[in-house]
Amino acid sequence: MRNRHNLAVVLSAVVLVGCAALILSQGVNAAGEGKITGTVKLDGPAPHMKGIDMSKDPYCSKAHASDPAHYETYVAGANGGLANVVLYIDGWTGAAQASNAVLVFDQRNCMYTPHVLAMDTGESFKVQTSDQTAHNIHPNPNPMTGNIPWNQSQPPGSPPVEKSWKATEFIPVKCNIHPWMNGWFAVVKGPYATSDENGNFTINNVPPGNYTVTAWHEAAGTQTQKVTVAAGAAASANFTFKAK
Amino acid sequence: MRTRLEKWSLLLSAAAVFVLPTVSSAQLSTSDIDTRLGTESHVGNITGHAKDAKGDYRRYCVGCHGPLGDGNGENAPYMQPPMYQQPRDFQLGIFKCRSTPTGTLPTDQDLYDAITRGFDRSNMPQWNTLSKQQRADLVAWVKHFSPRWVGEKPGTPIPIPPEPEVTAERIKAGRDVFARMQCWKCHGVQGMANGPSASTLQDDLGRPIAAFNFTDGTRPKCGDTDQDIYRIFMTGLDGTPMPSFADNIKPDEAWDLVFYLRTFMSQKSKEKEMAKQLALKPVDPNAPAGQQ
Ligand code: HEC
Ligand code: HEC
Repeated sequence: MRNRHNLAVVLSAVVLVGCAALILSQGVNAAGEGKITGTVKLDGPAPHMKGIDMSKDPYCSKAHASDPAHYETYVAGANGGLANVVLYIDGWTGAAQASNAVLVFDQRNCMYTPHVLAMDTGESFKVQTSDQTAHNIHPNPNPMTGNIPWNQSQPPGSPPVEKSWKATEFIPVKCNIHPWMNGWFAVVKGPYATSDENGNFTINNVPPGNYTVTAWHEAAGTQTQKVTVAAGAAASANFTFKAK
Repeated sequence: MRTRLEKWSLLLSAAAVFVLPTVSSAQLSTSDIDTRLGTESHVGNITGHAKDAKGDYRRYCVGCHGPLGDGNGENAPYMQPPMYQQPRDFQLGIFKCRSTPTGTLPTDQDLYDAITRGFDRSNMPQWNTLSKQQRADLVAWVKHFSPRWVGEKPGTPIPIPPEPEVTAERIKAGRDVFARMQCWKCHGVQGMANGPSASTLQDDLGRPIAAFNFTDGTRPKCGDTDQDIYRIFMTGLDGTPMPSFADNIKPDEAWDLVFYLRTFMSQKSKEKEMAKQLALKPVDPNAPAGQQ
């Protein structure tokens, strides 16, 4: 059983590599894999997000002169969609996800873009800076999980920092120079997605089967839902969070 | 340098003023920790054994670092941030004074040096009165609290090239590095720990922490030779806002920066004399990059 499973993994890896160009350009699902799509909504009006006073760093306040910055704990779209919710499969035991995009966490206008960066364990990501002021990038995981905190300076023109995390964890990230800069590395196992500004998401590359999908939001908490994915089909899962 | 007695009386006077709850991060039980009693350390040609340090730890360290090594000793509540940091939580395996890159374990020698040296601006005493063997045993004991040493190796020490001759040119170049790296955001343009971000700094456990004031006559916690200062900003002090600059400062520039930092310090130095003759002005944080 186990052997056959491994063989299947190896075979599909071979197929994947062989057809990589085709798959990437046409977005075809390999091996009849399905996906999970849906929308995350916020119940009721979005909580008011405080404006950020960046006056301690003139570079930052200038960057937001015409577009004042706000905290991003809740980012809700016009239709009540909730952004920055990470969706993943609880207790995933399949293979690691082959990353098809370079994950980038950008320091831009003294904010983090994206505010939440989801990734698989072991998947590498890049931290870069687009700013002409110095930052330091300082993730603060719990070392007991196996994820070790580090702290690197990011003066203007810094080369990107390339890293990965060992264990699943929602890791807060901050800049000590600009204490309003708060973001997250959401480290999960297996396929994942992050909801966009309309609350929409699609978890790709999910083999047929029964799953529990977890939706995590940094302030509103977590919810789970059972879904069944059929070969080559899209299962749906919708979530509604209450602001806390 | 402050004597031990002075440090203890500081501690006691702090105790009289405020009492704040300690942040507790104790997660491991004695039985878990005891599985690592066989931990060793290697310092020079001395091998330290954790189990031989049990008595010394009880006698000298437990009051601050606590029986579980989590930093919750009975005296911990009297150490008040931002000036006085809480005793280190050894279970986390996160250390300030390393020769190794940020995010990696320190070497046994790093821990040995920290224990020997003690920390200025801190309640951590120096332990150079203990024998080398006792200190090596204590290093092994400190390590045995954290499961990290079971699966992880210390990082590779960052290389420190030979120190060049101090020149006026190098001091000026060091001032440019200080401006470009924006050390002043935390440390202030004159190294007085009063930069625009200084007042909001917190350590990894969310406690307030002060940046190092270069001018108040105290010494860096991780040593005060030129090599130590080079190492400090290249590795960073893990667990604090002080980041690593290893990816941003080239070795030659790093020496220039060491020389410039010396000009802030109250201790007499060649660098301080030269800076006076050069009539060096502090960097101007409002000037455009490159013209500070
Ligand atoms: C009076 C309280 C006190 C006593 C006694 C004490 N320590 Fe500490 N120790 C501290 C404090 C406080 C810190 C953290 C200082 C800081 O971060 O500024 C610390 C930090 C440390 C560190 C961390 C070094 C680093 O690089 O992060 C080690 C190792 C250490 N102590 C070992 C010992 C050992 C071994 C003993 C006993 C021989 C001992 N300490 C006794 C208060 C104490
Ligand atoms: C984000 C704020 C921040 C920045 C930027 C920063 N530092 Fe620090 N630095 C600190 C803090 C906080 C401490 C004190 C840590 C402690 O006491 O545990 C410190 C401590 C130090 C120390 C003393 C360490 C010791 O062993 O006591 C030196 C030296 C130092 N910094 C040099 C620099 C240099 C050089 C730069 C720029 C290349 C720099 N720092 C940039 C926050 C910063």
